[in-house]
Amino acid sequence: MSTTTAVVTPDVTTAAGSPSPQGTTRRRRSTLRKKLELALLLGPATVLFVAFVFFPLVAASYYSLFDWNGFGPLTDFVGLDNYTKALGDPLFQGAIGHNLFIVIASLVVQLPLSIALALLLNGKIRGRTGLRLLVFTPYVLSEAVTAVIWLSLLQPHGVVDGLLEGVGLGGLVQLWLADQNVVMFTLFAVITWKYIGFGIILFLAGLQGVPEELREAASIDGASGWQTTRLIVLPLLGPTIRIWVFLSIIGSLQLFDLVWIMTLGGPAGSSTTMATYLIDRGFRRYEFGFGSAVAIILFVICFVFALFYQRFALRRDTQGALTGRVE
Amino acid sequence: MMSTTTITKARAGFTAMTPVRYLAALLIVGVTVAPLLFVILGGFRTNAQINSDPAGLPSPWVFTNYANILANDAFWRFLGNSALVSISSTVLAVGLGSMAAFALSRYRFRGREAFYSMFTIGLLFPLGVAILPVYLLLRQLHLLESWVGVALPQAAFALPVTIIILRPFMAAIPTEIEDAAVMDGATRLGFFWRILLPLSRPALVTVSVLAFITSWNGYLLPLLVFNDPANFTLPLGVATFQSQYSQDTASILAFTALSIVPALVFFIFAERHIVGGLTGSVKG
Repeated sequence: MSTTTAVVTPDVTTAAGSPSPQGTTRRRRSTLRKKLELALLLGPATVLFVAFVFFPLVAASYYSLFDWNGFGPLTDFVGLDNYTKALGDPLFQGAIGHNLFIVIASLVVQLPLSIALALLLNGKIRGRTGLRLLVFTPYVLSEAVTAVIWLSLLQPHGVVDGLLEGVGLGGLVQLWLADQNVVMFTLFAVITWKYIGFGIILFLAGLQGVPEELREAASIDGASGWQTTRLIVLPLLGPTIRIWVFLSIIGSLQLFDLVWIMTLGGPAGSSTTMATYLIDRGFRRYEFGFGSAVAIILFVICFVFALFYQRFALRRDTQGALTGRVE
Repeated sequence: MMSTTTITKARAGFTAMTPVRYLAALLIVGVTVAPLLFVILGGFRTNAQINSDPAGLPSPWVFTNYANILANDAFWRFLGNSALVSISSTVLAVGLGSMAAFALSRYRFRGREAFYSMFTIGLLFPLGVAILPVYLLLRQLHLLESWVGVALPQAAFALPVTIIILRPFMAAIPTEIEDAAVMDGATRLGFFWRILLPLSRPALVTVSVLAFITSWNGYLLPLLVFNDPANFTLPLGVATFQSQYSQDTASILAFTALSIVPALVFFIFAERHIVGGLTGSVKG
């Protein structure tokens, strides 16, 4: 972020000054004017942002040092006890594990799947526009609606069970959301349903940037389709893959809505995520100090990951959501 | 790609991969559409029909589920609340965000990059992390149970993306245009309002669409801010309806189907901008 290049736009207001005495007053007036304009332009956004994004982070790190129910003064200072308590709680350790499961499963399943599907759909195919629209639909639905849809589909003796039995796979039927050993896989499947379209669209856009000539040249040189894909297309998709990985991991670490509606983190904590754990302790048990400590842990995990990723992976890309360069 | 297509190439494209392609396309369509179709068609069935054959077609078609929900105040109220919250949060985020992006892209001043970094860090910041203090703040400001209490934080969290997309766009508009405007006697703010904003329209549409969808789909903040069902937004309303009438599957399906409609209509109109906005960062 700090490597942003300077704007080459000449500055109109300050360039007008001249060394004469009249010039200095005019210049002083114009710098004052510029300051006022900046305050007017930047002020409101900064106030809103500081009040609802920045201040809460500072406040949360302060609250996290107290045993506090959210009412009355903060008197019961407990130091880092909330942090050791949270990190020592098997339920929270499980929650971190569940988030990691989603992170890894997304990388292992969704990434190759969406690249493969994008490659397949990138070829000449009838109704490509319609397909693109369709594939993207689940991404636009809220997680709440997605959760409600799949709750209905996954009911015992519901549609999914019925379909499996219908094709002779009745043996595969599970208690999709009530079996501790199955629930995370079920949730992952629903997440994949909702978000795979986003990956496909992203990679289709990335494939537009791979010049057709390169592929033709490779095939003239005798490369097989698979070789062309592996040695030419995939490396050129690098920036897209890195952005997808970033968005996917940050999203997986923050998972809340879907889990909260479908399982409330159950059964018996077997699908608790860091965010559901945080809301449960904060808002259902009024442990605001403890909840704040959990929030800070979640923030630190996201932040450290993002910094490392920025440093080691995204740095290579000249454009990117986070590097946000201005030429 | 298409313009260079010749007949031979088109024929060469019809290789062993073609059936695989169509098979993959068919699979994707099936997996994507089937659950939505089940919801929509399920709304036209009775609970007895659904229980006896979960995956079947309506026979006979029943319209009472949909009619009941459309005649029910609750659905329309949720819809109205959602619209109010999302529109205000979008207007606020895009309004303030474009002003900030203007300052950050076309003014030179000390601390500019620090300001910009502050906003970008907001991207790494899930609402969940800030939610406890945000809740306390809203309680102190007496904004609980108020749509303002949802719209303000949502706008604040939409600022980073808005500014990150708008800044390079505004910076890329040629200086000559600004010089000409100044020459004609425009102030910088006049240039911003009358020339830069109209020129930034494509980027403004994209950020508006993104802010609107995020707000429209928001669940966590409304869940905590609203206790009174009269204030619920659509996602919160759907989830609550589901848990309240868990025995009445047909009504749940009808309710869910109807709640998808606004999102789908909006999506069909805004698809280009959503996809463009999300993939823009990659294409550069």
